[in-house]
Amino acid sequence: MSASAIIFYLISAFILGAGLLAVTTRKIFRSAIWLLFSLIGVAGLYFWLEMEFIAAVQIIVYVGGIVVLIIFSIFLTQQSGNVMQKASASRLIFSILAVCIGFLLTYFLIYPYAFKPGSNAAIAVSVRNIGLQMLSASEHGYVLPFEVVSILLLAAMIGCIVIAMKIKPEEK
Amino acid sequence: MNEVPLNHILFVSTALFFIGMFGLFTRRNMITMLMSVELILNSVNINFIAFNKYLYPDKLDGIFFTIFIITIAAAEAAVAIAIIINLYRTHQSIDVKDAEEMKF
Repeated sequence: MSASAIIFYLISAFILGAGLLAVTTRKIFRSAIWLLFSLIGVAGLYFWLEMEFIAAVQIIVYVGGIVVLIIFSIFLTQQSGNVMQKASASRLIFSILAVCIGFLLTYFLIYPYAFKPGSNAAIAVSVRNIGLQMLSASEHGYVLPFEVVSILLLAAMIGCIVIAMKIKPEEK
Repeated sequence: MNEVPLNHILFVSTALFFIGMFGLFTRRNMITMLMSVELILNSVNINFIAFNKYLYPDKLDGIFFTIFIITIAAAEAAVAIAIIINLYRTHQSIDVKDAEEMKF
């Protein structure tokens, strides 16, 4: 086993361990921190796959944006040290059963499938190629989804402001 | 990189997906449920990137799907947190058990 494979298995164990702790720990603030480590592990996996741009986007948007937003909302809504209620035993048992059965079913469908590796010459995953294809209006360009997602972001921003706005009771 | 078969990467993403499902089933706190959704979206992203890298190295489509999923996940998290903050103002709680006015 080469160093590259060992690094892959280490990153995978890190992702899954941190993810499992994020969904099982009883303190909500610790849960957010474990989620942060899991997302950093996913970014490491993208670096391992030589997708540097996606790894950078992952770190900027998830680690720098979403997790910080989640931590702010934890501070805004409740005490960070609060211990969450334990799920009832029957719910826990049936969730574990459902998850294990679903996982085994999916993985035994995937495992015997022989994927044919791509035979065409690889193109460089550079920021230049990504940007050129994303903003091209030709047949394989992604300019229409790009514009649609920009409208979606604007709508989400206005929607957040409207939903979270505090209406003073004395105003009509 | 080529010594690790694609199936092992798919094992990681499948396991991450079902870890997120487990969190969604057992948690009753809205913020932690949102965290589980983020884990699920990340597992999908790993799949897209791995398929693009292993099966179609001459194309970039998996990367674009990943970028759009990350964008939509950010918008979704922002809207969800706005709803959670509004719910906390009216109910003093972010537990899904306490928000049941619209339950049929």
